[in-house]
Amino acid sequence: MATIDDYVSRIEGTCGAEKDVIVIFKYEKKDEAIAKILKRATVKNKIAGIILELTFQGQSFRVYSSGKAIFRSIKNREELNSILAGLLL
Amino acid sequence: MLVSIMEHHSDIVPWEIISKIKGFKLKYSNVNDDGTLDYADFENKLCDKTKIACLSHVSNVTGGINDVKRIAKVAHDNGALMLVDGAQSVPHMPVDVRDLDVDFLAFSGHKMLGPTGIGVLYGKKEILEKMDPFQGGGEMIREVAYNRDKEHCGMVWNELPWKFEAGTPNISGAIGLGAAVDYLENIGMDKVLEHEKRLTKYTLERMEESSKVTIHGPRSISEKLGIIPFTVEGLSSHDVALFFDNYGIMLRSGYHCAQPLHQIFKLESSARLSFYVYNTETEIDRFLEVLKEIDQL
Repeated sequence: MATIDDYVSRIEGTCGAEKDVIVIFKYEKKDEAIAKILKRATVKNKIAGIILELTFQGQSFRVYSSGKAIFRSIKNREELNSILAGLLL
Repeated sequence: MLVSIMEHHSDIVPWEIISKIKGFKLKYSNVNDDGTLDYADFENKLCDKTKIACLSHVSNVTGGINDVKRIAKVAHDNGALMLVDGAQSVPHMPVDVRDLDVDFLAFSGHKMLGPTGIGVLYGKKEILEKMDPFQGGGEMIREVAYNRDKEHCGMVWNELPWKFEAGTPNISGAIGLGAAVDYLENIGMDKVLEHEKRLTKYTLERMEESSKVTIHGPRSISEKLGIIPFTVEGLSSHDVALFFDNYGIMLRSGYHCAQPLHQIFKLESSARLSFYVYNTETEIDRFLEVLKEIDQL
């Protein structure tokens, strides 16, 4: 049974007032992860072919074609895990 | 104790901690709107009660160079010691501690092509001679003589620098840092400085053409080294960094361990471009190409 760890290499909190969270997908799984996210989330905007602005369960976030995603206003790790599970599993 | 508000957290947090333990007052001097040191404020706050004045030689956020020689003189005139954070100056420019007449100067190995976990604290010999060790162990001691009658060990400290080097040191780190110093000295610190100044001037002139970019900190090339903090209209610094990351260009985003200075700038965070000996104009051109794409978003 797949888990979030199968797709995610690491999760980093940003420093700065924004308190964003950056999710870095495993290199070999990033294309699969992005494909799954595109199926489940709503694409709001596509910028320069690099940035995808998406929403999922009321949460807006951005995914970069390099295999990184940035989530804003995440309350805690449990909330992030729940969103990632919904997007990837 | 007096420090500036532009300091890296590593030059604020330890003083905040120790001021609570020792019970001394820690004061902060202001900066100007462009992040440069407000010399008048620093000098006015230095008084005969000040024991130590502490200032970064070069800001890790703006690259602004502080005239630490000037501040050291005022500190000494008030009977204070001068401690300089040289983490951003020593790797990038010639630094002569005797000419600056500073009492202490610290820098890190990992910012100058050396290993992590090692750095240097220079101190004037006559001051270090008067100081007691901050840490006990092997090597820092010359004699530990047990007195049976008093049930006590009498101790004699070792000579400098061993007095401050308790226990088995980071030998491999020191050898690695020594190799980095030799490498940089072989290039010549004048040449390192000249290279970074050229790249900085080249980049600043072109970045200013961007309509969405705001550059923070001093602009004059005579006042700064190769660090350019900037923000892009409509994007967080983390988005900017991730955008460049897509092209294999690494920028730092966030507070850069200097939250108070970002509060002064009224910024939530900033993106920071920085250069070193290995960077080239071709790389800068690539950065500027990507910046143009951001401009068109």
